[in-house]
Amino acid sequence: MAMAKIIPTFLLRLIALGATVSATVVMVTSHDSTTVLNLKFVAKYTNSPTFKYFALANAVASGYGLTTIFLPCKTSLWRLLLVLDLVILCLLNSSISAALAIGYVGKKGNTHAGWLPICGEVPNFCDHVNWALISGFVAAVVYFLLVLYSLHNIVNLLAGGKG
Amino acid sequence: MASEGGEKPEVGSNQVAVKKGKGWVVPLLRVVAFLATLAATIVMAMNKETKTIVVAVIGSTPINATLTAKFQHTPAFVFFVIANAMASFHSLLMLVVECFGNKFDFKGLRLLLIPILDMMIVALVAAGEGGAVFMGELGRHGNSHARWNKICDKFESFCDHGAGAFIASFVGLILLMIINVISVLKLRNQLKTAANYSALP
Repeated sequence: MAMAKIIPTFLLRLIALGATVSATVVMVTSHDSTTVLNLKFVAKYTNSPTFKYFALANAVASGYGLTTIFLPCKTSLWRLLLVLDLVILCLLNSSISAALAIGYVGKKGNTHAGWLPICGEVPNFCDHVNWALISGFVAAVVYFLLVLYSLHNIVNLLAGGKG
Repeated sequence: MASEGGEKPEVGSNQVAVKKGKGWVVPLLRVVAFLATLAATIVMAMNKETKTIVVAVIGSTPINATLTAKFQHTPAFVFFVIANAMASFHSLLMLVVECFGNKFDFKGLRLLLIPILDMMIVALVAAGEGGAVFMGELGRHGNSHARWNKICDKFESFCDHGAGAFIASFVGLILLMIINVISVLKLRNQLKTAANYSALP
């Protein structure tokens, strides 16, 4: 019974770790430059505080994933793990939502505020950020499943009996 | 002996695990979370500012342009309003279920739904909050690398109202997280101390 529970949790944590690590790495290595009228414009992830926050949040989540991936299922720290899982979930969610919002402005612009889209000039940067966002989204979904799964381990949700 | 509104049910042989007054902490927090998310929704939904600025002067007649800043212009703010509206509705619903839902229980669905829905709403509010806060930061500071000008120097009241909505939503988010953790831990305690626990509350 314990093995049937421990394998999915370990697998979920592994997938989440992979997703957060890849999101961080892809965002950090996004870089593109374009020359307009003899002026060189460089697009990096550090140009926007949102993308910096996204990279930081995913880095924190991958560090947390590395630390907790080897914990046993019925550990005595399950309360702390539940709270930390929830906090990391909120962090990932807010970072992906913020990066998506800024990415939307970068791709489509915002005519009301007079903000022009930049993806036409730096397509490589946009593609990189795109992949980082996809990875971050996968990480957020997997962390949500993880939280639900650890909740199921605590309070046996489906059977309605003692956990 | 029935538990009389205490924090923990008594350890006894035949217990109905949940009665109406099973503690006042979580319902109180739910009320505050409801008010916070409702305030965030309303403040952002009514966030609108119109300004007439002089665009050009031809001869001696100035040409005015009327610019409006509304929350609908930014998808992040729309999502913020929707997420907070759903969170406030959820808080109200959970409040009603906790106070009056002991009579209706459809095959233990309540035990299943309360933690899951709570987690979903926490995730939703966190996402709405994050997106809107960073869009607000972009409006306040602009982005010189992308040639995006800031708009808060022209629409100060719009930005201030938005900041107030973000603070209310953040308070709501913290409270929702605390409520979630407390209710999950209480649920486990209740399940552990109920002796002949065969039926669901």
